[in-house]
Order: sequence, then structure tokens, then C-alpha cells
Amino acid sequence: MNIHEYQARELFERYGIPVGRGAAAMSAKEAVKAAEGLKAPYIIKAQIHSGGRGKAGGVKLASSIREVEEVASRMLGMTLVTRQTGPAGKKVSKILVAEAAAIREEYYFAVSVDRAAGQLVLIGSREGGVEIEEVSRTNPEKIVKVAFSLQEGLKDYHIRYALDSLGLEYSKALADILAAMVQLFIEKDCSLVEINPLALLEDGSYLAADAKINFDDNALYRHPDIEEMRDPAEENEFEMKAKQNGLSYVSIGGDIGCMVNGAGLAMATMDMIHYLGARPANFLDVGGTATAERVARAFEIILSDPQVRIIMVNIFGGIVRCDAIAQGIVEAVKTIELRTPVVVRFEGTNMDAAREIIAGSGLQIVSVNSLYEAAKYCVDYVRGGVSA
Amino acid sequence: MSILINSETRVIVQGITGSQGKLHTEKMLEYGTRIVGGVTPGKGGQEVLGVPVFDTVREAREKTGADASVVFVPPRFAADSVIEAVSAGMKLVVCITEGIPVLDMLKIRDIIRGTDTVLIGPNCPGLTSVDQCKIGIMPGYIHKKGHVGVISKSGTLTYESAAQLTALGIGQSTCVGIGGDPVKCFSFTDALRLFEQDEDTYGVLIVGEIGGDEEERAAEMISCGTFSKPVAAFISGATAPSGKRMGHAGAIISGNAGTAEGKKKALREAGATVAETPDQIGAAMKQALEKAGILDKCI
Repeated sequence: MNIHEYQARELFERYGIPVGRGAAAMSAKEAVKAAEGLKAPYIIKAQIHSGGRGKAGGVKLASSIREVEEVASRMLGMTLVTRQTGPAGKKVSKILVAEAAAIREEYYFAVSVDRAAGQLVLIGSREGGVEIEEVSRTNPEKIVKVAFSLQEGLKDYHIRYALDSLGLEYSKALADILAAMVQLFIEKDCSLVEINPLALLEDGSYLAADAKINFDDNALYRHPDIEEMRDPAEENEFEMKAKQNGLSYVSIGGDIGCMVNGAGLAMATMDMIHYLGARPANFLDVGGTATAERVARAFEIILSDPQVRIIMVNIFGGIVRCDAIAQGIVEAVKTIELRTPVVVRFEGTNMDAAREIIAGSGLQIVSVNSLYEAAKYCVDYVRGGVSA
Repeated sequence: MSILINSETRVIVQGITGSQGKLHTEKMLEYGTRIVGGVTPGKGGQEVLGVPVFDTVREAREKTGADASVVFVPPRFAADSVIEAVSAGMKLVVCITEGIPVLDMLKIRDIIRGTDTVLIGPNCPGLTSVDQCKIGIMPGYIHKKGHVGVISKSGTLTYESAAQLTALGIGQSTCVGIGGDPVKCFSFTDALRLFEQDEDTYGVLIVGEIGGDEEERAAEMISCGTFSKPVAAFISGATAPSGKRMGHAGAIISGNAGTAEGKKKALREAGATVAETPDQIGAAMKQALEKAGILDKCI
């Protein structure tokens, strides 16, 4: 789960990480009110879940309250297209108004998980304020990574090593910020705590000039305070609905809907469709059990995407037999309004019985014998090659 | 021969009285797995399917001589169950549970470091040494005894792959589902190390997916010769958008890292035969064995 910068700032403050003064606003009026308590110049930042806001016009400076009002009214309601939002972009409904500090240098610091080592990792770079992916591609030697175990925690020597490697002078203020990032990471089950840039100001103090926190979805059950920060406007409505129904769904944007049991097979099904020259509409793992109830909800979610023109169901029956799942599909289809053809491929336990159930159902479902055939049928259909 | 488990392996089921634990205990018993006990705190003294239930792993191990444990415990309690099994001295722990917080896994990694326990999973289908022992939730009938080792991050895609191999007449030695979580203790490279030592395994199929760099590390092992047997591979997630989790907690492309393209390239350059589409996984393995001139020994 992601949160907005203004929410991450609140958490930073609670952990003693300096963020400077500022406030969130949802209207130009609120922005003016926020600015009135601050010292000029001001910085105004669009609050959307995406990096690259600056390049897309989502970060502006203002030297007067009047200018704050102008910038705010322009920014609120606009759609920002960044490298992370996709071409549709994201609508700005909240902004952050903060004091623009006099910055001497900009650094990058983050805490994350080193998957392979099974440890936490502190990542630092002197190249702050730019995309860290870009730095890691062009100047990997400018990034330092210090892994440490959860058991040991971040110790002073880790910090000294990191700062030495970056050619930065050790200071208690900076060390405290890094330690606080780790404490926040651990206490709130984060998957990323990132400050980019961490600014060294003209007066020698440090400031988190941006704040980004991601959380481990699997651990949200123990952090109701974090769950409350979720912004429904940032979530894809189909993905939200799927989640409420215990289904794993990701919107992809093509026209062939997919319902598959198992995440790996679901990805592989999308790949197959793509390989044959069409675009899948979604990733959907209907789960190992694939009961009639779950299948019905899955069909509804897939069909709520207006772009979907045909649905490919790909089932490998293991412990749960294909015929049981076929029965579920037939029952599910009877309870929903099916506006597209459905192609089903069964493989595994009792697949022949499953195919008979589909064939005898009298429903608008085509049963095919292989993964290739199923994908080919769907791809031909959306390209106008066959009529179903 | 096989890796990790064989017909001698004595298994206990943690969470045996739950619906999943019970269902799969029945399936494992049908397969011939020696399930010698179960553990559910507070239910010691009961029996499930003729298997004695104990309150703690330690007691179960002492009374049954079990050396392996499989965990079917809900995510909030699974980490404690795994740690209990490790501290009771189980040699192998297989965690099926999906949804364990990453920090819990980091804690487990810290505890397991320095012990000789092997942990498979979490969020995995378990493993099967064909016709000897099955631990976890894989359907037993898809396998045929033979000489190809299978390692996979996914459940149903493992079944799909094993079924394709079986259909081509290519049998398997051991199939290991290593799981789809970002942090685990047993990776592709750990499996390759064991398969390299196993005289009964002539080649290996790697079924990977987007996220992390376990496939790239496997490729390194192959190209530097630490793993010397023929390898075929399939990587799912070529169509997955960056920054989106694809079902599995670990299946996520971050920036430009962890893409299917990068993994396929690394494996191909290391000399593995890479299947482009999921219906060609078995065929790719066949081709790899053919290229090595050992297909006839594997059928």
C-alpha cells in the first residue's frame, strides 16, 4: 500500500525526521490559508501516488500568497501524466503547500529489503533529487548499499560506513534521521522508506524535502492506523472490488479478459495472449478452490471493464478437480449477465468430465483442449478472425 | 535418489486439525508419504485420519522421530509455527502459508541462519520426490518417476510444467515449489546445488517469474559451471506492468529490475533453453536434454 507525501510527512514528524513546515490543501482557499502560516517562498506539490511529479508539472514554486492561489487553482483538478501513471494520468485533488527551503546539497536515502540477503538495506547516494533508477543505471558507483539484519538493526558503524563511502561528513543530525527511518520501517512494517532528496540546507541543518513510504500489504492487519491512510481515489475501482472479494486482480488495459487459477499460470496466460499478438485485459487469480461463488465474482469484475470483448478461462485442476470447477462456472454464468463469449481450457484431474459439463450446459461457452488453442481462439476473435 | 525428501522421510503436519491441513494430510497419505504426527496447540491427544496429534512440535518430534514438518497455519501465526519447528530441530520445514509479513520472514531468516534447518517457502505448493514422498499440496498424479528436477516459484505453473514433461514421457526426480514471496530461505540456487549432487537428476527445469534476481543468480551458477547439467527455463510475467504486484508478493518489477526479459536473457546467455510460451515448457526441456545427448536416458 502507498500513501501520499503529506501523510508520509506526518509519520516522519512523529519519528523526529525534520520535514519543514507545510500543510495539505484541497482547494485554492485552503492553500492560501496554509500559506498564510508559512514563510515565503513556497513550494506547491501535487499529491498523487507517483514519482516524476516535477517533470510533469506537479511541483511549482511561488513567491507570494497570491501566486500560491494561482498555482493551486491551476494544479488542483489537472491530470498529471508521469512516467509511472501511464498515459491516462492521475487527477490532482490534493496539494501540499510548504516552505521552500534554501538548499545547499541534495542526497538520496532509503531503507528497503534486500530480498536475496533476507536483510534490511540502507541505500544512499549523493545524487539526490533525481531518479535513483537513473543513477543506478548510469553511475552505480555513486550508490552505497549497506545491508544489516533485523536482529542487529542499524548500528552507528553502518551509518559511518555508508557516509564515508559517499564522502559525506558524519553528523549526529544526519545519523539520527537515518536511524529514525529504520525505526519507522520496522515499527510500521514498511516495504520502502525513501527521502529523495534529503536536503542539506544553507544553515547546515537537514530536511526531508520529499517523503515516500510504501507498506507491506501482508502486515496491514497489525496497523489499522496505516490502513486508515488509504486513499480510495488512488485505487483502481476494479482492483478494489476484487480485493474486497478476496481475488487478486490487476487491470492491464487490453480486451481479452482472463480468469486463471494460480498467479504464475495467470501471468503465463497473459504472456501467451500477448505472444499471439493481442492484449490481455487483466490479471486475475481466482484461487486454488475456484468455487461457484468466487467464479461468479470473478466474472463480474472482469465484465465490469467495458473494454473486455471475450473471456479466457484457464484452469489447471489439481487437488480441486476440473469437473467441480466446471460446475462452478456453469452455476456462476447462470447468475450473471454474460455479455461476451467465454473460452475455457481445462487441464488436469477429471478434465474430460469438465468438458462434458460445459458442452451439456447449453451456455455460450466454448471448451477447447489446449492452452494454445484457447489463446489463439481469443486473439482471432478480437482481431475479427472468427465469430463466436 | 532425489533431493531433500525420500521414502524414509518422516513428516509431521502443523495445523493438521484445520480444513487445509486435514485435506492435504489425506492426500499426502494417499501418495504414500509417511505422515507420523500432527501438531495443533491445545489439541494434543486427538487423532486425525489415524495420525496422532501433539501440542508442540518438540513433543511430536520426540515421540515420532519426525525429521520434516509442513506448516498449514494461518499467516498471522505461521511465523511462530516455523520458528517452533526450527527450534525443535526439524531438518526440513515446508511452509505452505501465503501472506506472511516480510518482517516476520526477516526474523525467521535471522533465526535459521546458523542452524542446519532447510526452510522451503513460504507461499509455496511444497515438494514431491516422485513415487517416494510428497509434502504439500501438489497433485500427485501429474508426476512420472524419472530424472528431471523441477524448481518453480508458482503452484499451478509447476503442475502445468510437470504435466507437460510427463506427457512427453520425461519423468521427474524431485519437483520443488520454492514459493512466490520476496524473502525466503531456499532459492533456485540452493536447489541447483542439491540437484548438481543428485546422481539421479540429469537435467533441471527452472520455472521463474518477474521480481527479484533469483533467476539471474541461477544463470550465474550455470554459466560459471557450478551447475553443469542441462537446464531449460520458462519465466512468466512478460506482460506485467512495472510497479504492480502480480498475485505473488514477490512478483513485482521495480523500475527496470526483475523483468521477464532480463531473466530470459541471463538464462539464455548462460546456455539454458528458454521457452517463449507456457505451452512450450516441456518441449524446451526436451530440447535441452536432446542438445546434451541424454534425452534417451530421460524417457
